Amino acid sequence: MAFLKLYFCGQKYCLLVLPVIRQELKGENLDFLTLLKYIAEGTAYTLGVTVIALPSGLLIGTLLAFLYVYGGKGIGKVMNVYSTVMRGIPPLVLLFLLYFVVSKGINLSGFWAGSISLGIVSSAYQMEIIRGALLSVGNDQLMAARAVGLSRKQAIVNIVLPQALRLAIPPWSNEAAIIIKDSSLVYALGVPEILRRAQLIGASTQQPLLAYLSAALIYFVLVTVTNRLLNMLEKKLTVPSNH
Amino acid sequence: MPEPILSIRKLTKRYGDNVIFHDLDLDVNEGDTIVIIGPSGTGKSTLLRCINLLTRSDSGQIWFSGKEITAKGTNEDRVRQQIGMVFQNFLLFNHLSALENVKLGLIKVKHFNKAAAEAKAMEELDRVGLADWAGHYPGQLSGGQQQRVAIARALAMDPRIMLFDEPTSALDPELIGEVLEVMRSLSLDGMTMMVVTHEMGFAREVADRIVFMEKGSIVEEGSPNEMFNRPKFERTREFLWKITELYGKKDHGEE
Repeated sequence: MAFLKLYFCGQKYCLLVLPVIRQELKGENLDFLTLLKYIAEGTAYTLGVTVIALPSGLLIGTLLAFLYVYGGKGIGKVMNVYSTVMRGIPPLVLLFLLYFVVSKGINLSGFWAGSISLGIVSSAYQMEIIRGALLSVGNDQLMAARAVGLSRKQAIVNIVLPQALRLAIPPWSNEAAIIIKDSSLVYALGVPEILRRAQLIGASTQQPLLAYLSAALIYFVLVTVTNRLLNMLEKKLTVPSNH
Repeated sequence: MPEPILSIRKLTKRYGDNVIFHDLDLDVNEGDTIVIIGPSGTGKSTLLRCINLLTRSDSGQIWFSGKEITAKGTNEDRVRQQIGMVFQNFLLFNHLSALENVKLGLIKVKHFNKAAAEAKAMEELDRVGLADWAGHYPGQLSGGQQQRVAIARALAMDPRIMLFDEPTSALDPELIGEVLEVMRSLSLDGMTMMVVTHEMGFAREVADRIVFMEKGSIVEEGSPNEMFNRPKFERTREFLWKITELYGKKDHGEE
């Protein structure tokens, strides 16, 4: 039922929006810049989804990674199951499933439901990233901190975490790129982000190639800029060394 | 005879069926430097780790300044604050400068304010001859310098005893001397020290007592003079001869 509702939400949106576009732009051969401008207006949604999904995934992922590494065997197994399940299902399928679950409880817009769902999907990947980083900092640093007299919690917060987060930046920037690109999946929930707008205008002007090229260009720029910024952050946080 | 600052009674440690050491008895008097020698795998390092409770012993007791620290309900963090530990592979906090490494415990554990912690940390770095290197990170320091920072970090907590776990084994030969020099002056200042090492020159000159451990037991202990010149056991003589042959010849000029 909910899937039908979801489908109809999408359809309704199409029905509402498409005629508007048609009236404005019907049959016209638009130049590339006008197309690009129209599609680029979806960037706010794309960025919005990313800005919600990525940090919430980081927060959940980090918490779960700590439980995984320091929570003992039982909790570790639970985390392992979570990670395996979340990473074993296509994100779009999970998006629909989670949207179904989330929208049953609370009445959420496609934008919020999609963003949160994507954040949850991402949390499994980010958990693995942080877990790997925690493990590669290693127990020796923890032991040295405890030898100074720090409690376990103090040692983890002050010694292990700062080093782990530095190690996590390169794989995390990979995940950031994936989330920017996967944010296009929320188009399936009717959110007018870049891909959705490209699809609409491509269909209504019968210039799909140009429309999708525009979308590709915008995604490419977003991902490249994000990676550059994270590279800069990584350089800035690098601990000076002669080796 | 004053009461020893550290007393170990019938201490036993196993990993599964593998007995690391068993029924160990050892006393350390305040101000003494004890050097523990013996072949690798005889539980010397594990013994040090048991003393500052980084590893749990299976049975027996450890008494530290009048209290049994192996007793249930012991505040481990409180105990470790009074026991300094120096590791074979330095284990400086890699993301912190030399100064921050030394300062951290003062701020987080002893709750010094920033200025006081900084002053104390600089004092300790000066003590190991590294005041000029305070702003450098571990990756910018030589092994010998890293180990001296590690010693300063432990000293900053004003420990009652310092444990050294093969502090020079991971160092290039030309860097060993500077670390031993710091340790020697610490010993002269009256710090209580337990040192696991193969540096026989250091043992001979600085130790008040040498303890020879093998296969999880103390074979023999005595003054350097007794141990080097008239050991009771043939095995002690044999080991000392071998290890002196290996390490003692390049004596890093401290003889």
